Amino acid sequence: MPIEILMPALSPTMEDGKLAKWMVKEGDTVSSGDVLAEIETDKATMEVEAVDEGVIGKILIGEGTEHVAVNKPIAVLLEEGEDNSALEGFEGGGVQPAAATPETQTPTPTAGPAPEPEPATSSQPTAAPASSTSNGQGGRVIASPLARRLARDGNLDLSGLKGSGPNGRIVKQDVEKALAGGAAPAAPAAEATSAGQVMPATMPSSASIPAMADDEILALYEPGTYEVVPHDNMRRIIATRLTQAKSTIPHFYLSLDCRLDALLAARQRLNAMSAPEGPNAFKISVNDMIIKAMAMALQKVPDANATWTEQGVLRHRSSDVGVAVAIDGGLFTPVIRHGEVKSLSEISNEMKDLAGRARNRRLAPHEYQGGTTSISNLGMMGIKSFDAVINPPHSSILAVGAGEKRPIIKNDSIEVATMMSCTLSCDHRVVDGALGAELLDAFKGFIEEPVTMLV
Amino acid sequence: MSENTFDLAVIGGGPGGYVAAIRAAQLGMNACVIEREHLGGICLNWGCIPTKALLRSSELYHLFNHADEFGLSASNIEFDIEKIIKRSRTVSKRLTGGVGYLMKKNKITVFDGTAKLKGKGVIGVSGQDGEAQPDVQAKHIIVATGARARSLPNLEGDGKLVWTYKEAMIPDHMPKSLLVVGSGAIGIEFASFYRTLGAEVTVVEVMDRVLPVEDEEISDLAQKAFEKQGMNIFTGTTVEGLVKGENSVTATLKKADGSSEAITVERVILAIGITGNVEDIGLEEAGVKVDRGHVVIDEWCRTDVDGVYAIGDVAGPPWLAHKASHEGVICVEKIAGVDGVHPLDTSNIPGCTYCWPQVASIGMTEQKAKEEGREVKVGRFPYQGNGKAIALGETDGLVKTIFDAKTGELLGAHMIGAEVTELIQGYGVAKTLETTEAELMHTVFPHPTLSEMMHESVLDAYGRVMHI
Repeated sequence: MPIEILMPALSPTMEDGKLAKWMVKEGDTVSSGDVLAEIETDKATMEVEAVDEGVIGKILIGEGTEHVAVNKPIAVLLEEGEDNSALEGFEGGGVQPAAATPETQTPTPTAGPAPEPEPATSSQPTAAPASSTSNGQGGRVIASPLARRLARDGNLDLSGLKGSGPNGRIVKQDVEKALAGGAAPAAPAAEATSAGQVMPATMPSSASIPAMADDEILALYEPGTYEVVPHDNMRRIIATRLTQAKSTIPHFYLSLDCRLDALLAARQRLNAMSAPEGPNAFKISVNDMIIKAMAMALQKVPDANATWTEQGVLRHRSSDVGVAVAIDGGLFTPVIRHGEVKSLSEISNEMKDLAGRARNRRLAPHEYQGGTTSISNLGMMGIKSFDAVINPPHSSILAVGAGEKRPIIKNDSIEVATMMSCTLSCDHRVVDGALGAELLDAFKGFIEEPVTMLV
Repeated sequence: MSENTFDLAVIGGGPGGYVAAIRAAQLGMNACVIEREHLGGICLNWGCIPTKALLRSSELYHLFNHADEFGLSASNIEFDIEKIIKRSRTVSKRLTGGVGYLMKKNKITVFDGTAKLKGKGVIGVSGQDGEAQPDVQAKHIIVATGARARSLPNLEGDGKLVWTYKEAMIPDHMPKSLLVVGSGAIGIEFASFYRTLGAEVTVVEVMDRVLPVEDEEISDLAQKAFEKQGMNIFTGTTVEGLVKGENSVTATLKKADGSSEAITVERVILAIGITGNVEDIGLEEAGVKVDRGHVVIDEWCRTDVDGVYAIGDVAGPPWLAHKASHEGVICVEKIAGVDGVHPLDTSNIPGCTYCWPQVASIGMTEQKAKEEGREVKVGRFPYQGNGKAIALGETDGLVKTIFDAKTGELLGAHMIGAEVTELIQGYGVAKTLETTEAELMHTVFPHPTLSEMMHESVLDAYGRVMHI
């Protein structure tokens, strides 16, 4: 029996991904560990390695195909002694262009407020267009072909409709009623009990306020004065996740200034001690020290080291701190885990490695999932202060501004100090104002007296 | 609870009643059927099934007579009307026996007797001999008493010279000449049967065309085909009166142009519609509303009286066994509170007529669609263009489809020709699923089959037909 090579799940929550590139072709002999293909998920590009030995008999999913479902066969491996005749019955063709197969055109949407059983991460691989739809059928709108056509012609969004056909199927009559204004709106999946208000039929069931339709937006700009850059997975994910974050997490913001002089002096002394090169070499940045300080602060204020879930608050034991890394076309937030026990040089070297791989989109999902807070530092861009959007499922994010010399008042006299403004965005469901202030104060303590990080 | 107390009692064991009882049993209800004559109703005993057996015989007779066209030789082809009838009765009996088995299997109690509503939830039952039997009590009562041939003051069956469907199904001899009054499904099927076996057949229709419920184009094709077979057809014609002789009947026909003509035939078959069996079952006393021979019901088959329902022929047209069965299921499911029950959409009920050539249809006729002010796209595909039809030697026929030009909704399909009664269901599924022309075009139809014409007809409606 030929062995089917299946679309791998690169993370527990991955539903589909893009088959970015085939590294082998039909007829190639492969052995265990050989790289077969590159799979692009929401953020990362991952390599698929061969588990078995054999000859690539048939490539079933063409290069560039998007939304390939997890566990869908992507190729067939012939074992020793098998020839092409064993391939009968395997469908597909290696040369399909990306857009040719119907499934590539069918997004697998995640409905806005659809329940997600596990805490989602900032990098949930279920990337989906924001226009995702659901009529309570696990994301797919069940509607008859005629109903779909009538809805399209009438500019009606079916996701807001309740079907009267078998198993809730939306039929002609439902669309006609809706178009006539007497719609039966679907109960938005997660809000049915609390919201209670009746939504107009044309409103998507997603929790988000309906965005302007493309047509409406395009009408405002003269054709030819712009170019359309198609969304890649990362853009879609950023749009979906951050829209979700900003509309479902009750944010509030706390700001304070930290004096950096002691930290800068410590950094200079530490870096001077580094080996010139080799595995023991390091060059600690201010950011590395901020990571460490945040990790320590979370240990000092453990109530803030937490994640909101419907069933309860997750109190985390270790300090896992995400760090936003800007890359071409988006950003990653790799996570430094157990920051509280790692030395500054360890954090520094790990961060260099993660940031480097993030820029090449070579992070594995486990490297950017999880964590309880993150740090977004725009200081090097000269930003004085800003408010960041919490990265679900985190409960806070620290926005770090530039370190700059400012006049401060100390003991009633003016002196010059290097100051850095920080703003902590908190998820009020988990972190109340005083708790957030406590965390920020602890952070400030470690920054201003870096030696306390050693305790 | 006494043994005569049920969740549901069904009056009448025809295709509406017995199906309703089975569905009730499936849903855990304790159900009974009260049947005065025989399980299976008209459909199995005196309608759909035995006539199909008769028509099979006439079809074979026709084919034997055309054996040489297929390279076969057959001579001295004869038939024995008695044997044909006997086979028809055997077929019928086998199926009614089957219904008895189904009742037993589903633990449905069957009472042989005539039912009469006696008050809320109570039914009086009298046996075959008229003797009263213990009352049956039921929370829900479904009236499924069916219908019988309609008669008019000057047009009444006598069981001897003037037949209704029942006598026409079991003639004591093969009549040489026949007058069929009414060209609906029942009349035309008998006309076809007797004409194929060689009788002189005259058909009189009061409307301006035969099979008046069908699409006009199909009616025209059918009439041409019947006339080609030697039937005399008078449309727009009424029968003024019947004068009975010893072994013949003289009928005065009043034609469309006002002229009269008298014709003498050996037998007359009355097929001028049917009327619901609404009498003597206590409907009026119970307060159930009856209008022009039919029980008035709502979309869930409920009558005006709480706990009393009506399904099938007694509840009005279309008088089709499959409509009765479907109503039975809907009615019972509604009673049981099954999720997702839907009222019957009558535009999705196919109709089949087993004349030769066969006629089948679903949904709106072209005329009806236009009357509704719809812009339509009409597709046609003739049997001459289909390989399988030519191979079968059945090149007369047409598949016509009607789409809403705006939405692509399949409004109706109308077919005439060999085996169209088996084909129509393809469009039935399509209509029920609300497919548009796009899905029908994308559907792969097997080659070589008659069904390919269904595809081609759709393509034709959109100017994409392949084989004509």
